[in-house]
Amino acid sequence: MEILVCVKNVPDTGEEEIELDGNDLDYDELTYVVNEWDNYAVEEAIQIADKVGGNVTVITVGNEDADEVLRREMAMGAGNAIHLEDEAFEKSDAKGVATILKAAVDKGKYDLILTGAQADAGYGAVGGMLAAMLDYPYASLVNKIEVGSGKLTVGREIEGGNTEMNEIELPCVLSIQTGINEPRYVGIKGIKQVSGVDIPKFAASDLGLDESSVGEEGAIVKRQDYFIPEAGEGAEMLEGSDDEIIAKLIEILKANGGL
Amino acid sequence: MAQFFAYVQHADGVIEDTAAELAAAAKAMGADSVTAIVTGSGVDAAASAAGEFFNEVYKIDNADLAYPNAEVVRKAVAAVVPAGSVVLMSHGTFAMDMGPGLSIKTNAAYIADVTGIDGVDGTTLKVVRTELGGNISTHVNADIANGAVITLRPGAVEPAAGGVGGAVADKSGEAGDLSAKRKFIEVVTPEAGGVDITKAEVLVSIGRGIEEEDNIELAMELKEAIGSKAEVSCSRPIVDAKWLEPARQVGTSGKTVKPNVYLALGISGSFQHLGGIKGGIIIAVNKNPNAPIFQAADYGIEADILEFIPALTEKINDL
Ligand SMILES: Cc1cc2nc3c(=O)[nH]c(=O)nc-3n(C[C@H](O)[C@H](O)[C@H](O)COP(=O)(O)OP(=O)(O)OC[C@H]3O[C@@H](n4cnc5c(N)ncnc54)[C@H](O)[C@@H]3O)c2cc1C
Ligand SMILES: Nc1ncnc2c1ncn2[C@@H]1O[C@H](COP(=O)(O)O)[C@@H](O)[C@H]1O
Repeated sequence: MEILVCVKNVPDTGEEEIELDGNDLDYDELTYVVNEWDNYAVEEAIQIADKVGGNVTVITVGNEDADEVLRREMAMGAGNAIHLEDEAFEKSDAKGVATILKAAVDKGKYDLILTGAQADAGYGAVGGMLAAMLDYPYASLVNKIEVGSGKLTVGREIEGGNTEMNEIELPCVLSIQTGINEPRYVGIKGIKQVSGVDIPKFAASDLGLDESSVGEEGAIVKRQDYFIPEAGEGAEMLEGSDDEIIAKLIEILKANGGL
Repeated sequence: MAQFFAYVQHADGVIEDTAAELAAAAKAMGADSVTAIVTGSGVDAAASAAGEFFNEVYKIDNADLAYPNAEVVRKAVAAVVPAGSVVLMSHGTFAMDMGPGLSIKTNAAYIADVTGIDGVDGTTLKVVRTELGGNISTHVNADIANGAVITLRPGAVEPAAGGVGGAVADKSGEAGDLSAKRKFIEVVTPEAGGVDITKAEVLVSIGRGIEEEDNIELAMELKEAIGSKAEVSCSRPIVDAKWLEPARQVGTSGKTVKPNVYLALGISGSFQHLGGIKGGIIIAVNKNPNAPIFQAADYGIEADILEFIPALTEKINDL
């Protein structure tokens, strides 16, 4: 099975407060990591290839910094990587990213394409758009995959912890939900091993893409700014020394049937 | 002006509460009239219920639509909406499945998980969304000259009043070819048993801020200190990491809870997590003063939970 996994370089928001520089992010304060969902997609692809045979290729649309993400996923066990890089790709909306990926998919031959369920901007759009452009069937939020002949049985996570089981024909596109597996750990050693690998790069012209159909020019959905919303009614913040805060909290617990 | 549609989800003849939110959102985008789309097999009850909030209801009744398989429903919806339409859906697992593909097939803009609507200026729709796990907000402009598919975060807008009394139009004959390369098999529900967080009066709920598996013990000790009315619950990353069992997850893809007190410890407050909390007061402890959980909570404490939890446990044990 030839498996393509779409991966994205995203700001790490786990630990730190997000800093703004005017109405944009303060990029100097950001560190980048691979989108959480994409790690599960790559892990799943590797496990499928290990089981039924085949190859895993990771692909990204991104600037030169995205190279690091491709190498990290290669260190996980993806055999090949493709880097789609062009100034004309910058500020693409989800449809633009899907258009670029579609052009790259057309140059290869894949049985299965995986994306993450969503990335940093919370759209969850690229996978479903790519499938529709390719006229492949699509299933989102996949948390279980069983390989059959010419088709897969997949579980989709739906509300309330329920799973919707489907049969889907290959080739297809699936978006992968967290929790489907336990992504393997990648050590510095593993990353060093792939540091010298040559990763093929393709620009708009290599893909036969009309530059005006992608990037900022092609985007029909455009982010205008970043902002921190005015604190609305919000929580009453408990202030004081640690002891005072805990004393207040205990009073609140008692008053509300908590103790 | 574009024609406005709302895809209305339903089960057992009852439409989802979000339908009224979709009607209100369309109005906020300047719609004079909004048409509901109700698909399924034997949907008369749901279709007439949708008439309560919409000026017109398109009913598409077909055995192939008995289960809402997004790959099939998408074809039916694309077949009945004219080019340039705006189609609204409630942002959930079905909309995430159907929305992106529908936007491609109808050549329309796609805007997911909208949390606020600023209005329409010419063919530019202006909305508010969040990014980076809900930690930051953005204004977004979309060119809707060719229509749009928009998914609206549940609870983001005040629901519209009912009593509209829209009539049902049967569009079943216009759905066209509904064959698909994805077949629905069944819905599997998790096995019951084990811990039941839905009955607890106090939930000691931990999120990614707990940092390490060994620190789960801190939450267990706080629960012990509070006593038998308390239970430990968590956000999704804790279950994904297999540090706690799935039955303890609170949220749209986990359990819905209504304790007296919900202690959110190191939880950022994503809408999927908050969607599972339906009652009681929320007390949030987080080291990030801008964490979205402080907007949803009744009381907030800016602190490091790894120090705060043991200190609280000790004080409760001393009572
Ligand atoms: C379809 C779908 C369904 C989902 N369903 C659910 C669901 O049912 N339930 C659910 O919970 N999520 C669900 N999610 C995931 C959800 O979007 C969020 O990713 C998740 O809720 C984040 O969990 P968190 O708040 O624990 O982690 P994070 O968002 O990473 O937040 C951690 C927080 O801890 C704080 N923190 C870190 N260290 C400390 C410390 N030492 N002391 C104090 N604070 C600290 C940080 O400031 C941060 O605010 C779903 C997602 C999707 C796409
Ligand atoms: N720039 C990109 N390059 C490659 N894949 C991407 C890119 N952006 C999004 N994706 C894929 O699409 C998924 C969903 O992203 P999004 O639609 O942006 O929420 C991600 O998890 C990736 O798999």
